[in-house]
Amino acid sequence: MEEINDIQNIEVAGEGKQYIVVRIGTEQYGIDIKYVDNIVRNQRITRVPKAQPYFKGVINLRGEIIPVMSLRLKFNLEPDEYTNATRIIIIKLESQSAIGIIVDEVKEVVTLGESAIERPNAADTSDPMSQFLSGVGKHGDGLISLLNISAVIVGKEAL
Amino acid sequence: MDVSQYLEIFIDETKEHLQTLSDQFMVIEQEPENMDAINEIFRAAHSLKGMAGTMGYKRMQRLTHDMENVFQEVRSGNMTVKPELVDVLFRGLDALEKYLDNILETSDEGTEDNEEIINTLNRIANGETGGADAPKEQPKESEPAKSEGGARYQEIHISDYEKNTFDKAKEQGQNVLGVTVYLQETCILKAARAFLVFKALEELGEVIKAVPEVQDIEDEKFDMDFSLVYFTKESIEKVKSVIENVSEVKEAFVGPYDVDTSGAQESEPKAEEPEESKEEAKPEQKPAAKTGQAAAKTAEKPEQAKPAAAKKGSKPAVGRTVRVDIEKLDVLMNLVSELIIAKNGLVSSSSAEGEIKDNAGFNEQIEYLESVTTSLHESVMKVRMVPIESVVNRFPRMIRDLSKKLNKKMELHMSGEETELDRTVIDEIGDPLQHLLRNSADHGLEENDERIALGKEEVGNIYLDAYQDGNNVNIEVRDDGAGINIEKVRNKAIEKGTITQEQAEAMTDKEIVDLLFKPSFSTAEKITDVSGRGVGLDVVKTKIEGLGGNIECKTALGEGSSFIIRLPLTLAIIQALMVELGMEKYAIPLGSIQTIEDVPISDIKYVQTKEVINLRGSVIPLIRLDQILDVEPTGVEVENLTVVIVKKGDKFAGLVVDNLIGQQEIVIKSIGSYINCSKMIGGATILGDGEIALILEVNALV
Repeated sequence: MEEINDIQNIEVAGEGKQYIVVRIGTEQYGIDIKYVDNIVRNQRITRVPKAQPYFKGVINLRGEIIPVMSLRLKFNLEPDEYTNATRIIIIKLESQSAIGIIVDEVKEVVTLGESAIERPNAADTSDPMSQFLSGVGKHGDGLISLLNISAVIVGKEAL
Repeated sequence: MDVSQYLEIFIDETKEHLQTLSDQFMVIEQEPENMDAINEIFRAAHSLKGMAGTMGYKRMQRLTHDMENVFQEVRSGNMTVKPELVDVLFRGLDALEKYLDNILETSDEGTEDNEEIINTLNRIANGETGGADAPKEQPKESEPAKSEGGARYQEIHISDYEKNTFDKAKEQGQNVLGVTVYLQETCILKAARAFLVFKALEELGEVIKAVPEVQDIEDEKFDMDFSLVYFTKESIEKVKSVIENVSEVKEAFVGPYDVDTSGAQESEPKAEEPEESKEEAKPEQKPAAKTGQAAAKTAEKPEQAKPAAAKKGSKPAVGRTVRVDIEKLDVLMNLVSELIIAKNGLVSSSSAEGEIKDNAGFNEQIEYLESVTTSLHESVMKVRMVPIESVVNRFPRMIRDLSKKLNKKMELHMSGEETELDRTVIDEIGDPLQHLLRNSADHGLEENDERIALGKEEVGNIYLDAYQDGNNVNIEVRDDGAGINIEKVRNKAIEKGTITQEQAEAMTDKEIVDLLFKPSFSTAEKITDVSGRGVGLDVVKTKIEGLGGNIECKTALGEGSSFIIRLPLTLAIIQALMVELGMEKYAIPLGSIQTIEDVPISDIKYVQTKEVINLRGSVIPLIRLDQILDVEPTGVEVENLTVVIVKKGDKFAGLVVDNLIGQQEIVIKSIGSYINCSKMIGGATILGDGEIALILEVNALV
């Protein structure tokens, strides 16, 4: 574990971490690139009855069955509207099976140094969204909410 | 010698030998004079001893050595096999199994010495032969040290605090050794050589203290020699040879380090008998004792810390393997080559297509391909199949022990051990079977005198039969005991509030028996540690259903009862009926489907507001799949319903579907753990067009 931290620290000290910037609704979110296994176009999602409401179902990714989650539903936003820009980001946390999350658009890859990231105030737990965020990054004029991926995947939905 | 690569073989073979021992012990218990069995035991114990020795498992070696000694005596006619001896032998066997379990998990045999078993074995051997010579010589873990001329490790002074650590180490069966290493005068990189010595030693044990300090040694602040105190499980010779393998080491002195004489500069240490060292031993090694050098050590080389940590790791040292008959592999190989031929056929017919339309040839190739893939599938399945023998062969021993414990005479008759099941099923089926057998032994069979009074033969019989039945394998556990007293179960159920008086009266005997599978339902009048804590049959049932099987019980009062477990032959690929619900496709495993019926809406009757149909005399409840699965209604009114009649045990249900697609062979895939899907979905499968269909779990629906 220490080694991993070391590597991260080095990255931060050097050029910072890379994030994939995605759009959900009107907001921009950043996903640490090291968790991203793949980005695929929206495809037919097979509904799974009685699943948690924010799971849209499962997709077939080259012979593997992968569950797909709607971030909009998880974050208690409007239901997804599928457009040409809609993508499914396949996330792979270490040693866990893959999972897909639906985003409205994939915009770019940015590199953020630690100085460009504002960490949330730990005491502020009033906003249910805060559990899903690891910080807010400043890039150009825009702000990017950085997702705490493991919390997004295992955590409860925002109420 | 590095023996870790042989670990898997060692484990496999040890298992086989232990099984042989167990079988043969059972034989000699019945026929103490059976020379074949005795020879067989002697051989198995001997090979076991040899293998354990090679692998460096000293405790295992010692125990088998003493077992072998006893049988040496038996074989030469100096003593006879007595029940007492068999009991000890079985205990020895259990101890060996425990060692093996430890080795499986940590690749280390553990520290249990089983002195008592060894002593009893020796006592029996000596008692019978009049204190004869043979088994007395026990393998010594430490032997007298040799020349002590330069053994300066005796000068190392040990604080009281550190002595504790020594005691603990000794208790764990480690040798406490003193080591003095002399480097060659020509040696230039003294620190590097010392480092290599430390590294070699760390692989076999633990360096507790060094003179000069490790830090000084690293900084080359020492003459041509350094001394250290060392904990290890290895013998003195081994340690010595390891050190002397490091180049530019002139000489190494290794000998037992005696705590009490330390600092007294005694140059003639005595070799300790292993027993002694163990008895004066106490608590465990404390990490604190070595922190002094720990920092230096880790700075020196990080990998040094690993062996110690890895030892405690909970990961099994050996992966799960299946032994595959070479013939099965040959068949596989052949099929794969045919597959390639079929592919080539397709390639050539498709390239020929441009010129001449050769549809017939194309179809022929497809058919060929189909037959090859079918055979390939069957063969791969066969590779995964393991005879149930590997699970059931421990049961004769278990029944023997139970028979002694419960003081009932009983016999286990097994048949069909060669019946094959999928490896995953085999791994899981042991516990449920064991439970059922215990139940039969404890509750099923009457006491011996009771049996005589009833005119039955005194010895109770328990049967374990396995056989294949279509796509299922049935395992039947049967006894000729008292059978289940239905009235007793009925009363008990009412008493416990599981059912009401009225319900109880309306229930058939069969339904009453099924109550036994409900959680927390035990009719045993006395709770024994064999069975009867009420956490029994329901667990068995859950486990078996988890494997995709089912269990049913048949009983006749006074004649005995039987439990029949039905398991699917394989889990990964099944035949299924594809159906449509609205726009969605689902698969229903063919194994559970009885018939498919067209039912006019007008035939639906209502019982307690639930829809049922009357199908050829039997009333079958209807399940509207679209409602249960929240499928968007199509809104089309139909006059006839398509109903798939499914069966779970003796229960039937009719699943209403919108459309039938057809029968198909499907590969079951897991949906993963993120989605909390209900029990109704047993998995998913990928169809020919890449679409996903969910597989319905009929057991959960009915």
